[in-house]
Amino acid sequence: MPLLTVRNLALAYDGRCVIEHLNFTLEPGDYLCIVGENGSGKSTLLHGLLSLLPPTQGEILWDKCKEPAYLPQQTKQQRDFPASVEEVVRTGCLNRRKLRIFPLPDEHERVEANLRRFGIESLRRRPYAELSGGQQQRVLLARALCASDKILLLDEPTAGLDPLVSAELYRLIDSLRDGGLTVIMVTHDLAPALSSASHILHLGHKSYWFGTTEDYLQSPAGCGFAGGTIS
Amino acid sequence: MTEFFSMFGYSFMQRALIAGIAVSLCAALLGVSLVLRRYAMIGDGLSHVAFGAVSVATALHLSPLWVAVPVVMLTAVLLLSARENNHTRGDASVAMLSTASLAIGVLAMAGKNTDVYSYMFGSILAVRAEEMWLCLLLGAAVLVFFLLFRDRILSLTFDEGFARATGQRIGGIRLALAIFTAVTIVLGMRLMGTLLISALVLFPAMSAMQICRRFGSVLCAAGIISVLCFIAGLCISYQFDLAPGATVVAANLTVYTILRLVRR
Repeated sequence: MPLLTVRNLALAYDGRCVIEHLNFTLEPGDYLCIVGENGSGKSTLLHGLLSLLPPTQGEILWDKCKEPAYLPQQTKQQRDFPASVEEVVRTGCLNRRKLRIFPLPDEHERVEANLRRFGIESLRRRPYAELSGGQQQRVLLARALCASDKILLLDEPTAGLDPLVSAELYRLIDSLRDGGLTVIMVTHDLAPALSSASHILHLGHKSYWFGTTEDYLQSPAGCGFAGGTIS
Repeated sequence: MTEFFSMFGYSFMQRALIAGIAVSLCAALLGVSLVLRRYAMIGDGLSHVAFGAVSVATALHLSPLWVAVPVVMLTAVLLLSARENNHTRGDASVAMLSTASLAIGVLAMAGKNTDVYSYMFGSILAVRAEEMWLCLLLGAAVLVFFLLFRDRILSLTFDEGFARATGQRIGGIRLALAIFTAVTIVLGMRLMGTLLISALVLFPAMSAMQICRRFGSVLCAAGIISVLCFIAGLCISYQFDLAPGATVVAANLTVYTILRLVRR
């Protein structure tokens, strides 16, 4: 049983159909990069996978684990939000509480472990708004991994970061896979995607290409980043 | 000092003080979440809807409170739980709703012997015992709600998309915030007036954010600033025979300006 099965999926955004007849499967531990031009429906697909957007057709089947970790694109209002690093990270634990009012006994330990994992223990009392872009992404990753350590979905994690910080963030994401984490990432940067991803989903305006990274490099779509296009 | 105590020797002043403290506290706490979610104008819109509902109820000889509370609640739930993706022209629809309600309210009042002025600017010194108890009940409910669900309110306010994607149960929190906001605005309108109640929602939150950088401390500071400004405003208005609602807002404006300057 694959971890994720997408069958004949169609998604619409603002009443406009952006994805049609999409099929693919992922196994646990896979690293999928979703690439494609602007407006090809990358973020829409991610919202569909997160059940933030109901499919207009077809189905999305997750095996068991229905609650993935998620690193959304940051909004402007979040950048100057008055909250401490610890407060933000702790909100990642709330999905485990279900309808309970009080924190679960292991919540504190989860928060600590993720603060350590991303090297931000020393920032815990710092206001989130005063951190650099790269530090804010680490905080949001720590929050995401409090929610789940099985599946991580990322939406353009390096948007607005300088190349050095982006490279470090990609290394960090790579290192998370050692624990068996399945990663699904929407990205603009093809180079790091090709070096780390196990699978590529290239969305075009009319069709798509899905397969392993090696096959992708041989395919006409894969030459996309060298000048070809998906037809 | 004796003058301070003698002022609260009158039972109408005691009722005004208790009801005002409760409503100021609610408005400040709810205001933090509203302001941070960029819903500041909705608070203003709801107060106008409340005015329209109260006027129509008065014209039809119904109890203003029992008509306004459900109407504003319904509006709040519709506006505040509208999904993110249909916020196109959202500000325009809120503005249309609020001016339309105002117009309906004024028309409903036409020819009636009712004083529009008291709804526009509040009548804090005419608070009845029953209204005071409602305010106290609301204050206690909102305070307990924020104490128990602070984490979830933060999660909803900071990043609703993340909360929903990871399966957090925040639907109830969002609904409760909308309902509390509606009741606070209807009760607050009686005290502060239609035109001024949204100041009670906005100013304390904005003031607190000038000096605090953590969500917990922003909530505390907003609550304290709001209550202190209310007490100061009420006392000053009594001493100098000024309009109480406007004096409370002026106190809030002063605090905001000072904190803003200190921060620079």
